[in-house]
Amino acid sequence: MPTTRRQFLNLAGGVTVAGTVPIVTLRPLQATPAMLNAAIRNLVGEAQLRNGRIRLDIPPLVENGNTVPMTVSVANPMTADDYVKSIHVFNEKNPQPNIGNFYLGPSSGRAQVSTRIRLADTQKVVAIARLSDDTFWQVAADVVVTLAACTEEMN
Amino acid sequence: MAALINVPSKAKRGEIIEIRTLTSHIMETGFRHTADGKLVPRDIITSFICRYNGAEVFRADLFPAIAANPYLSFFTVAKESGKFEFEWIGDNGYSSTASASITVE
Repeated sequence: MPTTRRQFLNLAGGVTVAGTVPIVTLRPLQATPAMLNAAIRNLVGEAQLRNGRIRLDIPPLVENGNTVPMTVSVANPMTADDYVKSIHVFNEKNPQPNIGNFYLGPSSGRAQVSTRIRLADTQKVVAIARLSDDTFWQVAADVVVTLAACTEEMN
Repeated sequence: MAALINVPSKAKRGEIIEIRTLTSHIMETGFRHTADGKLVPRDIITSFICRYNGAEVFRADLFPAIAANPYLSFFTVAKESGKFEFEWIGDNGYSSTASASITVE
């Protein structure tokens, strides 16, 4: 059967439309709360996440997100059979949800770690402690950032 | 690479001491672009280890969200005289070490 003009135009039009459908799969520039939750689930698994015991010291308002001082401490003894195994810090809106993992042991004496971090936006920072009995304790802090870090242009 | 280490030179046996370390590193996040739109490749320190007379007492995994020139402070119990060894490992085969000694009375 010879192709009619109408069929031909329909077909051509269809191809053009299909050809211009943008096939874009962009990675989000910011870690979404879903990514934060996924990162936390990845660490905690099915275990219960409790509030308390852990303390996060971070300024509530920072001018420069490129270097934000942060101290995490856990109110827990550091003895051979009851100690803090690790401390994990996450963020909500940087391009990646992880900030740092810190591994301690009974010989640490005190469960406290300080470092300087980058924050790309005003957001929530979450710290989680894992104790030797595999219980997890969390704390969150909100930080307002006026100058963002991580994704700015290089000069 | 230059590193600044702060370990007390003397401590009493059983005392909890603070160790502070600072090393120079760009910690390029891998999320930044140059003015003409090219992605700047990631170049960060990914892990830090502290050993006290050969035994690991502290370890950290670092991510791009750690600020340039990573600063870390942590604690340990002074058990015996000896040496603290510090190691930073990163992208592109980066490796750097430092050490400090302590006298425990």
